[in-house]
Amino acid sequence: MSNLEFDPHEYTGTLDKREDHAPGDVAEESAGHWVLNANLGLGFSVVLTVASFWAAGAHWIWGPAVPMALIVLAIAQMGVHLVYFLHITTGPDNTNNVLALAYGVLVVFLILAGSVWIMAHLADNMMPMDKLMDMAR
Amino acid sequence: MLGKLSWSAIPIHEPIPLITSVVMIVVILGVLGLITFKGWWPYLWREWITSVDHKRIGVMYCLLGIVMLIRGFADAIMMRSHQALAINAAGYLPPEHYNQIFSAHGTIMIFFAAMPLVIGVMNFVTPLQLGVRDVAFPTLNSVSFWLTASGALLVNLSLFIGEFARTGWLPYPPLSEATYSPGVGVDYYLWAVQISGIGTLMTGVNFVTTVLKMRCPGMGYFSMPMFCWTTLAASLLIVAVFPILTATLAMLSLDRFFGWHYFSNDLGGNPMMFWNLIWAWGHPEVYILVLPAFGIFSEIFSTFSGKPLFGYRSMVAATLFICLVSLMVWLHHFFTMGSGPAVNTAFGISTSIIAVGTGVKIFNWIFTMYGGRVRFSVPMLWSLGFIFTFVIGGMTGVLLAVPPADFVLHNSMFLVAHFHNVIVGGVVFALFAGIHYWFPKAFGFRLHEGWGKAAFWCAFIGFWVTFAPLYVLGLEGMTRRLQHVEIEAWRPMLYLSVVGVVILIAGVVCQITQLVVSIVRRDALRDLTGDPWDGRSLEWATPSPAPFFNFATLPDVAGEEAYWGIKLQAIESQQLAPEPRYADIEMPVNSPVGFYTAFFATVVGFSLVWQIWWLAILGLAAAYAGFVVFAWRDIHEVHVPAEEVARVDRARRAAREALLQRLAHQGATP
Repeated sequence: MSNLEFDPHEYTGTLDKREDHAPGDVAEESAGHWVLNANLGLGFSVVLTVASFWAAGAHWIWGPAVPMALIVLAIAQMGVHLVYFLHITTGPDNTNNVLALAYGVLVVFLILAGSVWIMAHLADNMMPMDKLMDMAR
Repeated sequence: MLGKLSWSAIPIHEPIPLITSVVMIVVILGVLGLITFKGWWPYLWREWITSVDHKRIGVMYCLLGIVMLIRGFADAIMMRSHQALAINAAGYLPPEHYNQIFSAHGTIMIFFAAMPLVIGVMNFVTPLQLGVRDVAFPTLNSVSFWLTASGALLVNLSLFIGEFARTGWLPYPPLSEATYSPGVGVDYYLWAVQISGIGTLMTGVNFVTTVLKMRCPGMGYFSMPMFCWTTLAASLLIVAVFPILTATLAMLSLDRFFGWHYFSNDLGGNPMMFWNLIWAWGHPEVYILVLPAFGIFSEIFSTFSGKPLFGYRSMVAATLFICLVSLMVWLHHFFTMGSGPAVNTAFGISTSIIAVGTGVKIFNWIFTMYGGRVRFSVPMLWSLGFIFTFVIGGMTGVLLAVPPADFVLHNSMFLVAHFHNVIVGGVVFALFAGIHYWFPKAFGFRLHEGWGKAAFWCAFIGFWVTFAPLYVLGLEGMTRRLQHVEIEAWRPMLYLSVVGVVILIAGVVCQITQLVVSIVRRDALRDLTGDPWDGRSLEWATPSPAPFFNFATLPDVAGEEAYWGIKLQAIESQQLAPEPRYADIEMPVNSPVGFYTAFFATVVGFSLVWQIWWLAILGLAAAYAGFVVFAWRDIHEVHVPAEEVARVDRARRAAREALLQRLAHQGATP
């Protein structure tokens, strides 16, 4: 037993460089930086949104490639949100946030992809007889 | 005005539920009367009902779990005895009642016996082992407990007012849709599980945060006791999958209330989607139960072998491996639903692979005992019984993971025997072991060893005599949930199973006797040092019972076995560490918000079951008001003066001094 003066209840209130941030914690920053950061994010996301509307209607992208372009823009949009609005960084103080995000993405992926795969297989295998006949025709 | 509720909801013409409920009501009124007569209400309100102390909440969780375990066991007795009496005969339970009993048995045992007991032990032990004073969100913890209790209350209310589901413990549509189950039974199930599920989800959030953010100085991830790792893994699973349960049951409620078609057979609905989603929750759920059980056994094997846990890092890896892979196996609960060989093979293989993680753990426990000084105390007996039982249950599980074998055995008594084999042998044995192990830390005296050993042997033998015949019956082709049996050849095994139930009843009697005897002889069994088992983790550094602030000063630890290091140092230097500088402590203040919210959650649940809409809205508003008032509270913490901390800690130090003197006298380590 030591005589260390330490109380985690206090500790969670004051963010410290040593400790990982929990999801939802926001580090101290100057108001100017905050405004700049948020505006940059807003700018990027508006550009990406306009770009996706434009890409959907544009003619100089090869037709079958349009969905792919939209997917790329959507992923970029997610990245902008994570960086500028959710303040996810690669810094060591952000390990918990990144891990929580990765875990959430993994669970959602497993459940969604698994369900789609299972139910698609089921639909193929358990097709009603009349539908099967239609397909054979 | 009162929705579907009327006097016909009271089962006047069914003697079994009526007599049971009347007896229950008399018992409850008697207890309440006794409390009022003795004037215990202020004490109960102050020290227990409004308590946000993780140890008190843990004890209340365990009490709830034990009461519901007995209720679920009563259902089990009725099922086994009814089947034995219903071989070419009528038996004594009419079909609609029998169906409610097997549904209630499963629901109660999983949601309201196993879960509260596991979460109770997690609550009690984790902060002590991490060397901190409470969980991350103490008041949320109290809300979690009371919501779970609210769900349990709703299930029990269904006995007296209305009926319970007749659909099995997971209400598969289309049977559970309003067309085929028009009564309130399924609604009772839905709202009881929803309310307690919210409580469980909050517990998961609470414990992930506690383990990640609230460890004492010096305790890195790889020096946490094994139980804390399993708490973390189970909490991560809770956070991942309980939302699936909530969403799935909400969709079924929408089908039932508003005639929607998520899971109906027509208009694009698909009942199989319910199976898919409910098992995406259901399989991780069994690991939510069994991972903390593995943690309990890890603590017990190393303590009672007098050795550090063998292969600590491989144990951590196996725990996280199971945590991850348990999210990828859920289809093995419905191999026969009609997916093709590719899907079935993939999930069959992932199911077999998960046994590798468990195998690593089994070998680690065996090697922990190897070369150790093994003490065959009651917790150790449960643990050894667990290894024997769980290995066999695990192997029948790997057998069922092979799709062709599953096509033969699914929905049979073999399956019933298998999952009781792993859940009783894994989870229930662990909980009895854990309760015996940590009981002195909670109440300051040990449980009686003799009666504990008797309870173990009755439970162990009784378990096998009950469930081994069910394996045989399953291989002979008996399906589960039969209300009526027409095959004469099954008679001997069904009778043998009832003999097993009788032995199990003897075990329950021993368990209760153990508690009574221990309370009567508590002075002889008192634990004066706070370290009755020669423990290795930080909970044994506190006095028994632990003070509400756990640690006078937070320990600063080093190495994998925090308390063992401190203890060895004290024994080697023949003195305790110098007395710390005591300071004032802030502890979270008690709050009635948990009890208040749960009260109105019960009202909401009850009124939704009976579709009393105005009362549901009123209840929701009142529960919400509770949060608002709580959020605007002015006093967050209660101040414990340094003198009080010093007084408690000096008493602890005096007891440790005495122990050290005694050891020096004997010239041996404890």
